[in-house]
Amino acid sequence: MTRIRTALKGKWPFAICSGILVVFFLVSILAPWIAPNDPIQVNLALKLMPPSLEYPLGTDQLGRCNLSRLLFGARVSLGFATLIFVASLGIGLVIGTLSGYRGGWIDTLLMRFCDGVMAFPNLVLVLGIVGLLGPGLWQVVVALMMVQWVYYARMIRGMVVSMKEQNFITAARISGSSNWKIIRRHLVPNVLPPIMVMGTLEMGWAIMDISALSFLGLGIQPPTPEWGAMIHEGTSFMRSNPELMLYPGLMILFVVISFNVIGESLSEQFGVKRRY
Amino acid sequence: MSLLEVKEITHSYGASRSFWRKKEVKPVLSSVSLAIEEGTCLGLLGSSGAGKSTLGKVILGLEKPQQGQVIFQGQDVYAMDAKSRQQMRRNLQVVFQDSYSSVNPRLTAEKIIAEPLENYEKLSAGEQSRAIASLLEQVGLSSSDMKKYPREFSGGQLQRINIARALALKPKMIVLDESVSSLDMVTQTTILELLQDLKTRYGLSYLFITHDIRAAYAISDAMAIMHKGQIAEVFQDKDAVFTSQQPAVKNLVDAMLPEHPRYRNAAAPTEAKKLFSR
Repeated sequence: MTRIRTALKGKWPFAICSGILVVFFLVSILAPWIAPNDPIQVNLALKLMPPSLEYPLGTDQLGRCNLSRLLFGARVSLGFATLIFVASLGIGLVIGTLSGYRGGWIDTLLMRFCDGVMAFPNLVLVLGIVGLLGPGLWQVVVALMMVQWVYYARMIRGMVVSMKEQNFITAARISGSSNWKIIRRHLVPNVLPPIMVMGTLEMGWAIMDISALSFLGLGIQPPTPEWGAMIHEGTSFMRSNPELMLYPGLMILFVVISFNVIGESLSEQFGVKRRY
Repeated sequence: MSLLEVKEITHSYGASRSFWRKKEVKPVLSSVSLAIEEGTCLGLLGSSGAGKSTLGKVILGLEKPQQGQVIFQGQDVYAMDAKSRQQMRRNLQVVFQDSYSSVNPRLTAEKIIAEPLENYEKLSAGEQSRAIASLLEQVGLSSSDMKKYPREFSGGQLQRINIARALALKPKMIVLDESVSSLDMVTQTTILELLQDLKTRYGLSYLFITHDIRAAYAISDAMAIMHKGQIAEVFQDKDAVFTSQQPAVKNLVDAMLPEHPRYRNAAAPTEAKKLFSR
């Protein structure tokens, strides 16, 4: 016990937030088994019920179990945020490494493209892409991915450019290693850890973005539960049943804060700067 | 025929172009010619910015010179196809000054030394780890150091690992680019002894790039002095360095710190060599 205490000294926020996230991830995985009711089962006779044993957090305007909807909503938010993170990191890693390692006109071309994307506010671009593709969760995911990878690509490219001048890359080349081997063995393993830290911060943003777009009616379509969409549906009952907005709002708050706190303390430890 | 011949190398770096100024060209090497015989060590001396390290890069085939040729084992390094260049690489290895930045911090000593072996020798896992163990022992480390990471070694030990990596393919020649300059005097001496020992054992040739005339004197057979991108003088007999009247050479010799401070004023260049020839 004392060992745990010394290991966690001054890292309580980090530990608590990791705990919260672990719980959320578990809940999102186990949602079908632990949810007390079917989240999309409409029962108008039971609409806007106060908390009861059968419906621990009450029901919404269509008589659906609030708790079940929150649990299933965690799936969408966390799952798709992770997907966006992994996919945009993957694209950014390929483009950034290629650009930084090859240099020359490829580098100029790719980086000017990134500059172009970064010149627009994120949300405007995402709205534009979603507008083109039509509303829906997958469209939102694609749109967010198309905007997010640029930041990873730029950062990875910068790190690769500075790292490829280091002696151990030259030494690897003198040792007869191919470009592919140098990238795989020397560049990527050294670039990835700080990028992962940055990614932790981005996760919070991805969750907010998904929820924001669902709130605007562009993301997830009813009846699938999602936190942003639930807030949106709750607006009509803001005065009579504010808890319909409060619950999903609190969920978003907790998850985003947890990601940010974890990201902050990791970046403090690794010396990575955040971009906002 | 010499093992390595450098013929009339001229090279310059282009300073990056800004919006309204034209590209500035900074000359680094102008018609540099050198030759290194098999089994000998050439000390390449010069103050900072003399172009020593650029010459080293050019010789290693990393920086194509604007003019001139580098002939290694009778072949022009910059006129080779990819395959013979790959073969050339295994005979021409390098050890850099900064031992920490020369190794990937995420690999163990074993993996670091294994890299050239993986690329050229197709050894089985057992043979390879035996080869690495014997390399580690040759450079004065123990085979139990195999699983350690770079941060667990001192600068001198890490430099030994760099030497082991350079040695792994049994090259003909090693370019030592300021390889001992960042080490303390005691470590310098032991590393120099190790290099000397390896040279006689394997008939290696060295290009020993340094600004430290003592270190160069200790290991070289011949010495070349560089000044402002040119070879100021080549000494086949290294003792002649101390009697040279060439201003660039004299400057280097005079700047050398005597072994003991009280000799500082008395140490005329001609006598200086007595101070450290033991």
